[in-house]
Amino acid sequence: MLIKDVVCPFCGCLCDDLDVEVEGDRIIRVDNACTLGSSTMVGDHRLKNPIRRNGTRWEDTTYDAAIEEAAQILLDADRPVLYGWSSTHGEAQSLGVHLAELIGGVIDSTTSVCHGPSILAIQEVGHPGCTLGQVKNRADLIIYWASNPIDAHPRHMSRYTTYATGFFVQDAQHDRKVIVVDTRRTQSADVADEFLKIKPGGDYAVLLALRAIVRGRADVVPAEVAGVSRVQLIRVAEMCKAAKFGAIFFGLGLTMTAGKNKNVRNAIELTDELNRHTKFIISPMRGHWNVYGSNEVFTWMTGYPYAIDFSRGIAFYNPGETTVIDILSRGECDACLVVASDPAAHFPRSCVEHLAKIPVIQIDPHPNATTHICRLQIPGSVAGIDAAGTAYRMDGVPIRMKSIINTGIPNDTEILQKLYNRVREARGE
Amino acid sequence: MTELIIKNACVFDPMQNIHGDIMDIAIRDGRVVESVRNSADVIDAEGFLTLPGGIDSHSHVCGTKVNFGRYMSPEDMRAGRTARRGKMHVTSGYYVPTTYGNSYRYSAMGYTTVLEGAMAPLEARHTHEEFTATPHQDMLANTLFDGNWSIMEAVAKKDEQRAAAIVAWTLAAVKGFAIKLTNPGGTEAWGWGEDITGIRDTVPNFNVTPADIITTMMKANELLRLPHSVHIHCNNLGRPGNFRTTLETFDLVPDLNPNRQTLYATHVQFHAYGGTTWRDINSKASEIAQAVNAKPQIVMDMGQIMFGRTMTMTADGPMEFNLHCLHHNKWSNHDVELETGSGIIPVLYSKKSLVNCVMWAIGLELALFTKNPYQCLLATDNPNGAPFVKYPEIIGLLMSKRYRDEEFSTLHEGTEQRTSIAAIDREMDWNEIAIMTRAGQAKALGIALQGKGHLMPGAEADVAIYPIKCREVDPATEYRKVVEGFQKTRYTIKRGRVVARDGDVIVEGANSTFWVNPSVPDEHNMAHDKEFVKKFEEYYTVQMGNYPVQDVYLPRGRCIGTEADL
Repeated sequence: MLIKDVVCPFCGCLCDDLDVEVEGDRIIRVDNACTLGSSTMVGDHRLKNPIRRNGTRWEDTTYDAAIEEAAQILLDADRPVLYGWSSTHGEAQSLGVHLAELIGGVIDSTTSVCHGPSILAIQEVGHPGCTLGQVKNRADLIIYWASNPIDAHPRHMSRYTTYATGFFVQDAQHDRKVIVVDTRRTQSADVADEFLKIKPGGDYAVLLALRAIVRGRADVVPAEVAGVSRVQLIRVAEMCKAAKFGAIFFGLGLTMTAGKNKNVRNAIELTDELNRHTKFIISPMRGHWNVYGSNEVFTWMTGYPYAIDFSRGIAFYNPGETTVIDILSRGECDACLVVASDPAAHFPRSCVEHLAKIPVIQIDPHPNATTHICRLQIPGSVAGIDAAGTAYRMDGVPIRMKSIINTGIPNDTEILQKLYNRVREARGE
Repeated sequence: MTELIIKNACVFDPMQNIHGDIMDIAIRDGRVVESVRNSADVIDAEGFLTLPGGIDSHSHVCGTKVNFGRYMSPEDMRAGRTARRGKMHVTSGYYVPTTYGNSYRYSAMGYTTVLEGAMAPLEARHTHEEFTATPHQDMLANTLFDGNWSIMEAVAKKDEQRAAAIVAWTLAAVKGFAIKLTNPGGTEAWGWGEDITGIRDTVPNFNVTPADIITTMMKANELLRLPHSVHIHCNNLGRPGNFRTTLETFDLVPDLNPNRQTLYATHVQFHAYGGTTWRDINSKASEIAQAVNAKPQIVMDMGQIMFGRTMTMTADGPMEFNLHCLHHNKWSNHDVELETGSGIIPVLYSKKSLVNCVMWAIGLELALFTKNPYQCLLATDNPNGAPFVKYPEIIGLLMSKRYRDEEFSTLHEGTEQRTSIAAIDREMDWNEIAIMTRAGQAKALGIALQGKGHLMPGAEADVAIYPIKCREVDPATEYRKVVEGFQKTRYTIKRGRVVARDGDVIVEGANSTFWVNPSVPDEHNMAHDKEFVKKFEEYYTVQMGNYPVQDVYLPRGRCIGTEADL
């Protein structure tokens, strides 16, 4: 059976035009997806049932028994952290917030280790952005800053920017200019009209120089800024001012290098400045398909996009203190519920070492690095494959993920609802 | 069968011409009925002021830009924090509270129905998700059509039927309630960083003017027989001298519906400025109110500002950028492809600012100069003019000249020359307040037939009992009792259940979302229109099949069907 307009559960592009052929409970072919999306859809390395650690061995268990054990772990904890959430649907994220509130825990998402600094910058200066269709239909200048869409968001350029035909941009290749800014020449840089090669750590200075030039103060810019010549900077600033509609897309090269949120703030302020000359927008390239959704859901429920600590009874937020890395590195956390993510593969060694010492429950369909340090793993179905649910694209457009096959595996919402009910019941509520 | 009787209530129900009668209200299964059995639960209202549940016909509480207002403002979240307690979830925020914060505070104030003022169709799913997390109010969503490409093309062809068909398809797809035009044409111009300066300007690339859009949409609205009228945020918001644009817009309004207005103009305070710059801004509330007094086919809401910190958020992207250039505070913008724009910036309304003082006066003047309270409703364009928790103070100001004078004496001294507020003696009565916050709101939204805004048998049993002995309190002098009384009901009853008592929410809510599904003949079904479908395929970034909001997002959706006259 061919199912059209399937939404891809891989990256923040959330492409919703996949044609997927299914046979019974298997996906046998995927069209329109990139290789990352395809392999996500057809990949078949999922756990069949919950497993629990028994000494040095794994043993199979039932969902009910696993949920009971998970509930006990959370009930016994003084400082539980509920982490992950970026690869599950919004309905599960919402239950995560309720659960964290109930047990006085901390809820944090993978945002903490990717675009958390972007959010801090937005909280300082705002965010002039738009939906991706505005860029597709209008933009004649695209800037990829410290991001590499060809590798990380393979269809971003063809669906929304460089190669996408838009209402006011009928001949995309001819009508659009592309600028790539990075510390090394990437494949994305190869297709750019202009490539700014910055010395590592130089983003802040280059952004500042561009702001000065756009403000009419090229005279204060030295001949070279972090490896980029003033001549090139002036050329780029003029390209920006001459554009009818410009769009900056930035990645972790800006958020997770020296300067962090201040880099992003500078980029936003450059965008702001450019709006005094023409139309310009800026957008983070969000990684996980629903990491932005976790920010949205957490925000409408608690007021904060990530790193929310309920231990005081109220929602408390202080990145640097209530962020997962900080809590783990202080050795504070005494139980962790990991949902739809793989911290053991991404966190600093000291944090993973701490996780290995405490009870970790993982709700994830796949065995991954975190499996090796967890006490219990409960597989859920995957939104977009065998579960339905809401996801938010990198630009904030909410899309309904479809369930295209039926595996009979409970979805994350069902698992979390049972866990929530069990904890509530145990606390006599 | 659940039954409840509210005894000894001092009822104001303007639609039934009940003005302070002491009476009982019988409720069965969520509806007002003639009588109930003796075994019914009893609430003794002790002669307290009892009104139909409050309705907010224009508020920003859910959706993409509201949530972005929260997202960018952790500083606000520290302001309104409450802990988890009983059935109440944690809340945060003062001017952009969390969904639960909004819901609980509205409940405490006796509000049971709220209309979200602006929903971008492409992002409607988000609004509905937040609606389900706003548990204690029935919700409705104004749907933005101001920069809709398909609409503008239909307008350019002067094809009202096609415009109506596009509205019908869109409202049904996104589960929207009414047509909203925010700075019509201006939001499309903002796609290029430009704006519209008057209703006769041409929208770049589309060969239509705001006047064309407004006129066509008013007719399309009636062709679809929608419960509410076109809901407009006029062009030129917040610009000195903009009252002319507002009056020109009002001049466009024909009388197309015998049962309600043909145009609802929102937050008119922001559209009633005289002068040419911020230096000589003055009130033109009197001119605006005169126009409204002469045209029963127009209803407006005040858009009252109140002093203090808040967040402005609107689909009017260019206006927000201008405001940002003025305030130099943080600025967010979010344009939505083929549809609309939006912007967000925080503001502080200060008594030291003459402009802000003039704005404060204009809102009140609009209400006090408008003869028929059904034509000027109470709202702050929450949170733009002020957070809705300020409504009780506004009620106090409308009911008491002395309170106004006291406030006025603390304002910038230039306010007197720029406004007439100090010279107005009118003091509103309970009935007028009930109209401005209930009956008028329900009538303007066209939801009186759904049982909102009144307590006739068959009405939804949404009732607010305020701890105000309205027969004993003189609002003109005891305005503090009025303000305090409206801040916290003794009981808020939603569809026959007590949901809040003395400010505390005591049950988990189960709201409904009202939406409109106009039935159109097959030849006007846009799902089969080649040009419409092609536009989708080529220029939207989501597939047409993935655009409509699925029923699962409206767990308690209440569909209002209409038969289009196409």
